[in-house]
Amino acid sequence: MNFKLKIWRQKKAAAKGEMVTYAVSEISSDSSFFEMLDALNQQLITTGGEPVAFDHDCREGICGTCSLYINGRPHGPLKGVTTCQLHMRSFKDGDTIHIEPWRAKAFPIIRDLIVDRSSLDKIIQAGGYVSVNTGGVPDANTIPVPKEKSEAAMDAAACIGCGACVAACSNAAAMLFIGAKVSHLALLPQGKVEAAKRVQKMVACMDELGFGNCSNTYACEAECPKGISVTNIARMNRQFIGAKLFSEREKIVRVSL
Amino acid sequence: MTRLNARIPEGPVANKWTSYKSACKLVNPNNKRKLDIIVVGTGLAGASAAASLGELGYKVKVFCYQDSPRRAHSIAAQGGINAAKNYPNDGDSAFRLFYDTIKGGDYRAREANVYRLAQVSNQIIDLCVAQGVPFAREYGGLLANRSFGGAQVSRTFYARGQTGQQLLLGAYSALSRQIALGNVTLFNRRDVLDTVLVDGKARGIIARNLVTGEIERHAAHAVVLASGGYGNVFFLSTNAMGSNVTPAWSAYKKGAMFANPSFTQIHPTCIPVHGDAQSKLTLMSESLRNDGRIWVPRKMADVEKLRTQSIKPSDIPEEDRDYYLERRYPAFGNLVPRDVASRAAKERCDAGFGVGRTGVAVFLDFADAIKRKGHDTIDALYGNLFQMYEQIVAENPYETPMMIYPAVHYTMGGLWVDYDLMTTVPGLFALGECNFSDHGANRLGASALMQGLADGYFILPYTIGNYLAAEIHTPRFNPDASEFTLAAQSVTDRLKQMKSCGGKESVDTFHRRLGKIMWEYCGMARNDAGLTEALYQITELRHEYARGVNIPGGLDEYNPELEKACRVADFIELGELMVRDAQQRKESCGGHFREEYQTSEGEALRNDERFAFVGAWEYKGREIAASLHREELQFNEIKLSQRSYK
Amino acid sequence: MFLYSSMTKKVLMALAGLFLVSFLCVHLGINLMLLRNDGGRAFTEAATFMGTNPVIKVFEIVLFAGFLLHIIFGMLVSGQNKAARPSPYSVGNSSDAAPFSKYMLHTGIIVFIFLLLHFFDFYFIKIGIVAPPAGIATHDFYHRTLLLFSTPGYSLLYIFCFVALGIHLNHAIQSAFQTLGLNHSKYMDAVKVIGSAFSVLIAVGFSLVPIFILFFRQ
Repeated sequence: MNFKLKIWRQKKAAAKGEMVTYAVSEISSDSSFFEMLDALNQQLITTGGEPVAFDHDCREGICGTCSLYINGRPHGPLKGVTTCQLHMRSFKDGDTIHIEPWRAKAFPIIRDLIVDRSSLDKIIQAGGYVSVNTGGVPDANTIPVPKEKSEAAMDAAACIGCGACVAACSNAAAMLFIGAKVSHLALLPQGKVEAAKRVQKMVACMDELGFGNCSNTYACEAECPKGISVTNIARMNRQFIGAKLFSEREKIVRVSL
Repeated sequence: MTRLNARIPEGPVANKWTSYKSACKLVNPNNKRKLDIIVVGTGLAGASAAASLGELGYKVKVFCYQDSPRRAHSIAAQGGINAAKNYPNDGDSAFRLFYDTIKGGDYRAREANVYRLAQVSNQIIDLCVAQGVPFAREYGGLLANRSFGGAQVSRTFYARGQTGQQLLLGAYSALSRQIALGNVTLFNRRDVLDTVLVDGKARGIIARNLVTGEIERHAAHAVVLASGGYGNVFFLSTNAMGSNVTPAWSAYKKGAMFANPSFTQIHPTCIPVHGDAQSKLTLMSESLRNDGRIWVPRKMADVEKLRTQSIKPSDIPEEDRDYYLERRYPAFGNLVPRDVASRAAKERCDAGFGVGRTGVAVFLDFADAIKRKGHDTIDALYGNLFQMYEQIVAENPYETPMMIYPAVHYTMGGLWVDYDLMTTVPGLFALGECNFSDHGANRLGASALMQGLADGYFILPYTIGNYLAAEIHTPRFNPDASEFTLAAQSVTDRLKQMKSCGGKESVDTFHRRLGKIMWEYCGMARNDAGLTEALYQITELRHEYARGVNIPGGLDEYNPELEKACRVADFIELGELMVRDAQQRKESCGGHFREEYQTSEGEALRNDERFAFVGAWEYKGREIAASLHREELQFNEIKLSQRSYK
Repeated sequence: MFLYSSMTKKVLMALAGLFLVSFLCVHLGINLMLLRNDGGRAFTEAATFMGTNPVIKVFEIVLFAGFLLHIIFGMLVSGQNKAARPSPYSVGNSSDAAPFSKYMLHTGIIVFIFLLLHFFDFYFIKIGIVAPPAGIATHDFYHRTLLLFSTPGYSLLYIFCFVALGIHLNHAIQSAFQTLGLNHSKYMDAVKVIGSAFSVLIAVGFSLVPIFILFFRQ
């Protein structure tokens, strides 16, 4: 198969970028999207050009490293897959494919198609955990969890942190990402203890990092490679309102030794 | 030869760890604050270690090449994690898990380490549940278990087909908490290119900032490597594209011995290669073998008809199918250990019965299971795997059997470590897949996650204290000291030299060539002549690489080709060592199958008289052959026997 | 107000929006009285009641506050959202999204402009800021309405604005439920259907008056 590629090239964060056109030919329809880009890069290297930088790692749809905004959609035209699982058979021979990095204030470009998504790590650092230390925890089966709850928690926990929700959102909001983490932990008894604090801290962190907020377009759910539902956002909203209305004020308790 | 002292505690194997914990030296909390630890890698082992050490109060710096710690390749583990909880009441115990692991590893692992692993396995499950890992549950709300290859009990805990992901996210969340608390500092997008020794002790690393290209020096009182395995030496593997041996290899060159490098696990259930452009292989969880039946046609005529697509797999009647695993191993059937299953597939394909367009694939058929358990149950158990398969191959496994073929998946070899998980360099520790310790010559399914987390959460936090207790008077190191300057300079020189060799061919071209050599001669089956040939070809490749590689871009910018170039240079050297190790080991055991040493039925033939040892290699210099040290393995608890899964 | 988190702003905006919906219902009820062929008696009575009842007077203030809150928070949130993507994509986003959800600001601005117009036409006359057109008493909303809608251009503009409002509401109602965390798989479909039906009712209901006056009134 042959393709015309229009790819965003940008040398570094501070540089000006532009869309550059390339052509690739004799690509197998069984090739993955990245194998097609590998072929382009080999071509560029042998002709003295600079290969296109793009993020990728596991190439099996689970690490969340890959990104790419392909023809107006994060992770390309297929539903429920990451770019690394996209195969060239999903395109027509001779197609022009537009490839851009994900764009958000909170995702500054590093080079070409690579963006810095450490803002998502920062959101998790703000509260996306259960505060337990290694050791000293009860036997696993002393905490029964209803199967439905545990399944719903797993649905939310399936998030791979790729940021497609942010890329798809007209507001570059990270609500689905946070909603998934808040829901995952709020659904489990282990996570309930800190639920009120968690949701407030994570939302505050999101605002601080320059993400937008939700206008409920649900484009995030449509583009999420793991099909995470916006009901998780609603659950987070519920948690947030509840926390704002009813949570106890935190008192600073001084312990004298 | 005296250098290899595993420092195994005295006493019966079941008490060793307990007595170690009660006797090991401790570091007082006030002193922990004054001690720095570097952790390289943020997979299960690295993240759990960094988090636990941070919780204890050490000052930790953690490094990963990925953009986020959550992306480490542990995330791709699908099937599950073993623990000897015996929740299903089917007779499991720490001893049985220990026994299965030693036997599964074909008696090439150290008893004391494996027993400890089995002992702490239960604590891992407890901790992960407390962290909020959503393990599968029964309707009563308690944890569910499934069975896995190489065991006759159900001891595997799982979270759909994403167990590795959920465990890693658990460790990542614990790590994130420590980062937020300021106990751990994260350095992402860093390649660790060298280990720095001061007075013979590991005291720091040299890292390259992948975004700016800056060569950074980081000092600490101890260095922990948890940088994963080296399966990418084969170019095509189920490892992530960035998985590399570089941190471990730099440690090897600084004096840490590399043990059993040739022990590679070839995983039986991977999606077959589609063509030359292929960049990586995708694993399908071994759990598929619980319900799927593996077969090839019995008649050559059917094989040909399948290849010309004149018949469909379902057209072949039951009596014309060869369920070769069930035929050869009636007791374990499709659940034999990975090495056995992989070799059996290779045997059938070599005999010409392979299916698919390329003839290098076998069927994994769910038709019976769907009939027996129903579509919905199968969907609940394996839905995401089926989906993944369909995504890649464009065939629906509910309708037509999957096609699978073995692929490189895990490396049992790694840096040699003692009972404390310390390498032969004092102060340099190795955890998880990066070390060699627990899996012998073959790893059982659902044991990698167990080992990574055991090392990081429950073992290293004790053993590193034992080492650091003597370091409390050592002040913080100055990374401007001459040792660091020298190491940084040599890294810079190496990069410059590689960059300026002015070759024509891309890094990938060389990597692909290396992979072909390794797969051909040092893959599922090895023999002396092939290994000699491989050695010759790799040496040749190494020289060609030094003068023929083309690295575009600059040193002080984001340059993925430069990253790859460093990794491939190390892979080429490692390939050579793997071949030497495979050649040295004149027996077949686990994943290491020497064609000269097999039973009349084609099973691996061990030689316990001569080879019941860990082969640890010491680096001697660029053009000088590494020298082999032996750690003799003592089996006091388990009687060595030929593994039989019949 | 500016310091509230984006979520708090949105929740307040949603609550204000739902409150405004109740006002729309009352207003629609009164407007539909114009369809009665009684020379505007019922309509005038209702309008007089709304204009003089002290409880309603108080509510008027609450209503203005509701409008202001909805508009100010809407603008603040939109501003933050726009700032979150400083450099746009070169290929427009083609992800599947909820219908009309991307046009909330646009339809909101149309409705706001209509509101200003509406104030000049009625409210400002009532409170005496603007003089009524010649020949119509200050409180004679009935004839004022007839006069306005007898201009086809004005009627068209009016209908256009209410279609915009309908579109706004179509997404707004279910969106408000989502924002308030009231999205549950059991009820959300019903919320969406009722929300859409309501938005059509509002758009059609308000549009009936000019259509009736233009075409069917003798």
